Amino acid sequence: MSVKLTSRQVGDVTVIDAAGRITLGEGASAFRDMIRDLAAKGNKKLLLNLGEVSYIDSSGIGEMVSGFTTVTNNGGQLKLVGLSKRVKDLLQITKLYTVFEVYDDEADAVRSFH
Amino acid sequence: MTSRESRNMEKTHTTLDSTLDSVDKAEDLVMKEAAAAGFDEDEQQQIGMAVRECAVNAVVHGNRYSKNKKVHLDIERSKESLAVTIGDEGAGFDMGSLPDPLAPENLLRQSGRGLLLIRAFMDEFDLHPRPGGGTEVRLVKHLPNR
Repeated sequence: MSVKLTSRQVGDVTVIDAAGRITLGEGASAFRDMIRDLAAKGNKKLLLNLGEVSYIDSSGIGEMVSGFTTVTNNGGQLKLVGLSKRVKDLLQITKLYTVFEVYDDEADAVRSFH
Repeated sequence: MTSRESRNMEKTHTTLDSTLDSVDKAEDLVMKEAAAAGFDEDEQQQIGMAVRECAVNAVVHGNRYSKNKKVHLDIERSKESLAVTIGDEGAGFDMGSLPDPLAPENLLRQSGRGLLLIRAFMDEFDLHPRPGGGTEVRLVKHLPNR
């Protein structure tokens, strides 16, 4: 299964719910398109919910970093919530824990934007 | 195309086209062998990811999706370890040319983390020129004593 992406509003925070695999090809490009589209529409508070993501490869990680840069350059913030242990391990190995703000709880993550 | 031989070690050789479907196939094949070898689910996933990263490099950077070039996957499964060799038919690769993905100035680069993940997940990693041209990567994961 490739990635499935949907977005919803929680107050002024746009939550992106991702499910499946974010890997080179369709998964990573769908993810890139969604982040760019939301940023282009002026969404500045983006929360990426990875709770249902089973797998991310280095291309998927690259798209998350690219999304982070796109949103930040647009004056916004991109934060993460709901990471599995495997995804947390990937962020540790790649030192991206020092880049992303990561939350376990969605309500805490949403509050952090204010 | 897959061939298999067996004595004390199970060996398979598979020739794959230079497509992203082959990346999925290589990952699936190796994960099945990892399960048969006795690796737990987390270890299987780590091995699968390392193979995936190598296969992506072979297809995308080595063979550049060429219809005329193949990816060569060899799996050796023993009671002690799983060894995977992935070769491409590309122009070769200089590992020294890659920037350090953990350097602060590189953390926001979009690419360049594949080899870091491979090294993190496997016990042995060796990259060398492939006989006849291209690049070959050999990965080994030892079975932990449980």
